Amino acid sequence: MLTYISIIVTAIFVNNIVFSQFLGICPFIGVSKRISSAVGMGAAVTFVITLSTIVTWLLQECVLNPLNLQYMQTIAFILVIAFLVQMLEIIMKKVMPSLYQALGVFLPLITTNCTVLGVAISVIQKHYTLLESITYGMSTALGFALALVIFAGVREQLEIADVPKAMQGTPIALLCAGLLAMAFMGFSGISIG
Amino acid sequence: MNKIKIFLNGFIKENPTFVLLLGMCPTLGTTGSAINGMSMGLATASVLMLSNMAIAAIRNIVPDKVRIPAYIVVIASFVSLLQMLMQAYLPDLYATLGIFIPLIVVNCILLGRAEAFASKHGIVDSLFDGLGIGLGFTVALSILGSIREFLGTGKIFGITIYPESYGSLLFILAPGAFIVLGLLIALVNKIKKA
Repeated sequence: MLTYISIIVTAIFVNNIVFSQFLGICPFIGVSKRISSAVGMGAAVTFVITLSTIVTWLLQECVLNPLNLQYMQTIAFILVIAFLVQMLEIIMKKVMPSLYQALGVFLPLITTNCTVLGVAISVIQKHYTLLESITYGMSTALGFALALVIFAGVREQLEIADVPKAMQGTPIALLCAGLLAMAFMGFSGISIG
Repeated sequence: MNKIKIFLNGFIKENPTFVLLLGMCPTLGTTGSAINGMSMGLATASVLMLSNMAIAAIRNIVPDKVRIPAYIVVIASFVSLLQMLMQAYLPDLYATLGIFIPLIVVNCILLGRAEAFASKHGIVDSLFDGLGIGLGFTVALSILGSIREFLGTGKIFGITIYPESYGSLLFILAPGAFIVLGLLIALVNKIKKA
């Protein structure tokens, strides 16, 4: 049990995917102008990462490892993820139109979100079991959602702030992200188990 | 089209880091030191040149509807190739850059250039576009890495400029990456306006 709690706390706070691993910066900057869209993106990413981690883990253990095709990992994973996202979009549209309305626009963006491939490769490198991988994937995604929502809150306030001309837009947003990263460094002393 | 113009367009006018703001993850994640930033830039540049050429070569064969998956497979093949070469010949560097090497596949610069340039131009033009964009990315990462290494440890490319104890560790760590990049982009904005 302690292993799982440790994985969850580490993935969400200590090794936050945005602030300490530098993955998923593009959507972090791109989709953080409104809190509502940040929540939608966070939910969509959580959903896709959890699902894709299960699929890629099984692919690695049941296909690539027995056939000694480890060198195909990158190609196989990216194709599976792209395929999964497409399928998810089609299925969601048919089965859950309301959820599709809320998350649909973010789905195509997720294929090129490096967090998905990053998590898929990480769990293989860390030699996690399937259950540990799912826990890790889900908590990492929650960490991403948390970072995105906090940052969107900051940026909504930034819009009404008086910022020097050259600093407007991305530069000031990056500075704020730097300050947030400093705050997240406060978690780095925590270790469980 | 003029080859030098294509190169300069990618290198300066459409600099992927400072102007287009693409490929931010490796930009922030691998620039803890100048040499790491430069290596990452060169790795990305080599894949970009090869993938641009390959995509330009097959651009008339691939049906329009499946072009994105086709481009991704081409890019992923070259990345796997690079991964194996680095594992064999540069194991230390491979360990330092870690997960960012396989993640070149999802670097938006590569797919972006494939879609915006290589799918519409010839092989040689695409090579020069890849060279310009790739070197623009390399130089940007080297600058960012140099500044962070200088402020953090007092060194540039491992050469000591001032004693390490005066450096601020913050710039080597995560917050420094965001702050230095933010200020650099602001500086580029300022120069462009003037």
